[in-house]
Amino acid sequence: MAIRMEKPWIELTSESVQALPGQLGVFELADRQGRVVCIGFAGGRSLFGLRSELERALRERPGGATRFRYEVNQQYMSRHRELLMLHVADHGALPVVNGADPPPGLGRLSPL
Amino acid sequence: MQLEPTEEQRQILATVRRFVREEILPLEAKLDPDASELPKEDFDRLTNMVRAMGFWGLDIPAEYGGAGIDLVTRALMAVEMSQHRAGLYAPCYGVFGSAGLAQLYEATEEQKQKYLHPMLRGEKRGFFGLTEPSGGSDPARAIRTRAVQDAGEWIINGSKVFISGADRAHFGLVFARTDAERGRGGITCFIVDTDMPGFHVRRIVHTLRSSHYATELQFENLRVPAANVLGEVGRGFAIANDRLSRQRIPYAAACIGVAVKAQELAIEYAKQRETFGAPLATRQAVQWMIVDNEIDIRTSLWLTLAAAHKADSGQPYRMEAGMAKLVASEAGGRVVDRAMQIHGGYGMTKDLPFERWFREMRIRRVGEGPNEVQRHVIARDLLGAGLR
Repeated sequence: MAIRMEKPWIELTSESVQALPGQLGVFELADRQGRVVCIGFAGGRSLFGLRSELERALRERPGGATRFRYEVNQQYMSRHRELLMLHVADHGALPVVNGADPPPGLGRLSPL
Repeated sequence: MQLEPTEEQRQILATVRRFVREEILPLEAKLDPDASELPKEDFDRLTNMVRAMGFWGLDIPAEYGGAGIDLVTRALMAVEMSQHRAGLYAPCYGVFGSAGLAQLYEATEEQKQKYLHPMLRGEKRGFFGLTEPSGGSDPARAIRTRAVQDAGEWIINGSKVFISGADRAHFGLVFARTDAERGRGGITCFIVDTDMPGFHVRRIVHTLRSSHYATELQFENLRVPAANVLGEVGRGFAIANDRLSRQRIPYAAACIGVAVKAQELAIEYAKQRETFGAPLATRQAVQWMIVDNEIDIRTSLWLTLAAAHKADSGQPYRMEAGMAKLVASEAGGRVVDRAMQIHGGYGMTKDLPFERWFREMRIRRVGEGPNEVQRHVIARDLLGAGLR
């Protein structure tokens, strides 16, 4: 299994968000230059799962997000942490939005 | 033989029960259903409350600042502490403190200063690195990580898997083979600093638990000072084994606590939920599930308390601890499963804690030694090593 999220980006529009499933999972938001600006998850308290979380992203545009990609994933919490650690390993820092409120006790990965 | 809790134990249990209901459950209702950690301010506040109650550090020896509680009381407390959604693996979200790596109590004074005391103060985290891709239940044969001496140091090469907390740890205990010819006598335990060159956390291993993960480690020419051997060279297997029996008792008790809570919810629901004009509780099919739950809970509880009593009285208790772990983990799974069945569709949702308990309870049959290995250990004690 590829540990990095390598799916193609989707434009962050009301049409694309409305088409999302109401399931739990993780997502990445990127700006116009393709930089990942936020890594988030839709957990067990999300009203409509990924759709609710991406609706909020559409409204608030955190970090200037213009596109997104996602994974339906029941292990959303550990996968979320993994994606954050991978980002730090690859880029030396958290995405700008996550960096403003860093998760406590984030571990270190040195993936091959 | 004492079959009732003492007055002191009753008071302790009532205090812990009130703490869970008044402090933990309201906070948990606001967290993600898979969460295993409290926000820092809540964690600090509750930890201070627990310290004030005198219960902090349940598994830490009194001479190191722990609560100094006997194992029977510890098991009874574990039953209470685990009666919430995250309770199986994160009883009370850790605010009662953790013993960390118990093996470090056998360390040299210098090692204690560098690793044990900072760990107990919460300044350093450690991990326990035993299991390898080649196996975990039979470390004497499965360990392929090698350590060789070189100019007063040891050089470690190899890998570990299913290691909890290594990505967040400052150091870890790593078991490596130092003598290829000597089986379990050829294994040595090393204290390894995670910031040393050659220490790699290669990936996260996702499991049925969402908020907790294991890691896979790789050691590439990792150099460890000779002073970081824990215990004696070639005695690592004994160090690995020592912790297991004792830990199996609170491990079993947590399974029982979750089962008790699942049963409480099942009884409450069976009395209020009506089908075909009568409460579920009037249906024999449901009554029998509740009866079977109670038998599972009490069987597990008595076995666990018997194991704890033997340990407290200084008798050998490896077989009893294995039985407690085996029976409680299997019984806990059955109880949660029946409680889900009684709750019907709601039992499958994240609105209720059952689905999390169901996933996590499955792991308990494998964690801390698979139940098949427990049976193997029990058979060896019953039949003698030559007839196993």
